[in-house]
Amino acid sequence: MAYDWLKGVADEYDVIVIGSGLGGLTGANALAKAGHRVLLVEHHYQFGGLATWFTRKGGHIFDISLHGFPSGMIKSCRRYWTKEISDAIVQLKDIRFVNPQMDVWTTFTREDYTRVLVDQFKLQRTEVEAFYDYLRAMNYYDNNPETTGQMLNRFFPGRLDVHRLLMEPISYANGSNFDDPAITFGIVFSNFMGAGVYTFRGGSDDLIEKMVAELKKNGVELRKKVLVEKILVEERAGQKVACGIVSSNGRVIRAKAILSNANIKNTIFRLAGEKNFPVDFVEQARAVRINSSSCQVYFGIRKGEIIPHIGDLVFTSAAPQYSNEELTHFQTTSRTFSVYYPDTRPGSDRYTVVASLNGLYPDWKSLSEDDYEAHKLRMIEESLVALEKFIPDVRAKIDWKEAATPRTIERYTTHLNGTSFGTKFEGLPVSMHLSEKLPGLFHAGSVGIIMSGWLGTINYGIITANKVDKYLFALKQAAPASTPA
Amino acid sequence: MTKDECKQVVLDIIADIAPDEDLSNVKPEVRLRDQLQLDSMDFLDIVMELRKRHSIEVPEADYQHLASLDSCAEYLTPKFIALAAKG
Repeated sequence: MAYDWLKGVADEYDVIVIGSGLGGLTGANALAKAGHRVLLVEHHYQFGGLATWFTRKGGHIFDISLHGFPSGMIKSCRRYWTKEISDAIVQLKDIRFVNPQMDVWTTFTREDYTRVLVDQFKLQRTEVEAFYDYLRAMNYYDNNPETTGQMLNRFFPGRLDVHRLLMEPISYANGSNFDDPAITFGIVFSNFMGAGVYTFRGGSDDLIEKMVAELKKNGVELRKKVLVEKILVEERAGQKVACGIVSSNGRVIRAKAILSNANIKNTIFRLAGEKNFPVDFVEQARAVRINSSSCQVYFGIRKGEIIPHIGDLVFTSAAPQYSNEELTHFQTTSRTFSVYYPDTRPGSDRYTVVASLNGLYPDWKSLSEDDYEAHKLRMIEESLVALEKFIPDVRAKIDWKEAATPRTIERYTTHLNGTSFGTKFEGLPVSMHLSEKLPGLFHAGSVGIIMSGWLGTINYGIITANKVDKYLFALKQAAPASTPA
Repeated sequence: MTKDECKQVVLDIIADIAPDEDLSNVKPEVRLRDQLQLDSMDFLDIVMELRKRHSIEVPEADYQHLASLDSCAEYLTPKFIALAAKG
C-alpha cells in the first residue's frame, strides 16, 4: 500500500493553502500568525514552487530562480518572515549587458544606471530623471493603454539601444515585452532601480528550509507529495462556496477558505471547475493569456576548479537588435548567465553557471522524444559556446551539463503550458476578483506580470492573506456565539 | 477611548511592522507616508493588525482615512467606542 502523505492531517482547517510557491508559503505564514489553523499542501516532493533547486552527482546544487530580486525583499522578509532570513539578503554588484549594441557593466542601482545612460548612451540627465519619475508615479489601476514599447519610444525616440538596455532585463524578470502594458514594465523596473539587485546568501535550499521551519513554528501543517484533485464546492443558502479539497487519493479535507497558489487557470478550470462560476467570469478567465516560459542550461564546475569573476548576472545576445520574436525564438541567441560563486553558499567552494533563455511552450511541446533530446543538447552546446566567450577554458572544467525546458517546468509545477511567468496583465483582475465569484476561494500566484517574481509573489501572498483573514473574520462575526458570555 | 489613545494604538502597530522607524517625532497632522518609509504594503499590515488586535474592520474604500495619525483618530475612534459599547 502506498504511503499516505496526508497521514495525521485533521479533517478540517480554517484555511487550506494549495501550493508552496513563495506566495503560498508567505500567505500561509501570515494566516497562521493571525491565529488561523492552516494546512498547506504541495504536490512536488519539495516545497518552494519555482523558488527551487536540485542536486546532482559531483556535489552540485543548482538554483533555478535565485538570479536576483529587488531590495524590497529585505523589508518583506523582515516583516513577513524572520530577521534571520532578511539578514541573509545581500547585494549582487556586477550586472552586465553584452550584445552587438553595447557592453555595459553596472550595479543596476539608480545612481549607477544613470551614469551608464548619461556617460555611455549620451542621454541628458534630465530626460533620464524624468523617465524614472514617470515610472514611479504609475499605478496599476490607472488603465493607461500605452505599451512599454510606445512609452520607451516616447521618452527615447529611435534609441533602439536604450530601449534594449531598459527592456531586456525586465523581459527575463517577468516575461514581459514591448507589447505589454507600460505598467508591467514600470512597476518591476522601479522596484529594481531603487537600490540594485539582491540575492539570498545560503541558496534557495537554505531559504526554503528556514521558511518551512518558521511555518512549523507558527503551527502550519505542511504536507508535500499531495496532489489536489479538486476544490470542494457546496451550496449554502443558494450560494456556492468553496469549502475544502479532495486529494488525489480521495481524501476530503474541509476548510472555511481555500488559498490557491496554483496557476490561476489551473485554479478555475482544473481545481474548482468552470460550472461553479458565472458564465461571463468563465469567459473572462478563458481569455487570460498564459505568459511565455523559460529554458535553462545548468553547468556544474568540477570540484577543485575555479572560474574567474565575470559578473553575477550577464545578459548576452548575438542579435543585432532586441525584438520580442528573437528573445522567445526557439533558437534564440539571447541568454542570461547567472553565475553562482562559492559565496552563494558560505563554506562551499563550488561554482555553478545557469543560463536562462526565454521560451515558448508550443515549440517544445510539439517535438518527438528524439527531437526533444536533440534540441536540449543543441541548446546546451550553444550556451556553452556563448559562455566560452567569457571563460575560454570553461569547457574542460565542467563535469555536469543539463537542460530544462517549459516541459520540465510543467512537470514540476503543473503550471498550465509550463509557464514560468504566470499570466499576462489581464490575469490580475481575474485573480483579484475570484473570491467575489466563488466565496471561500482566493488566489495568490504569478498573475498580471506585476504580481510575479520573488518580491511580487511574496507581497501578493500577503495581499491575499489579508482578504482571507477579512473573510474569516466576517464569518466569525456572523456565526452565533457558541458559548454564552 | 480618546483620540490620543487611538493614535497610540496606531503607533504601537507601526512600531511592530516597521521596527527600524523612529516614531518619537511623528507629526499627527502630516501624512505618515511623507515622514516614514511606509508603502502600500505597510498600510495593508496596519489594516490586518487592527482586525487581529482590536476586531476593527477597515474596508478598502476607507484606507485613505489612515493617511495621517489625525485622520486615523478621526476615523477609528468612533469605531473603537462603538465596539466597546457592544462588547
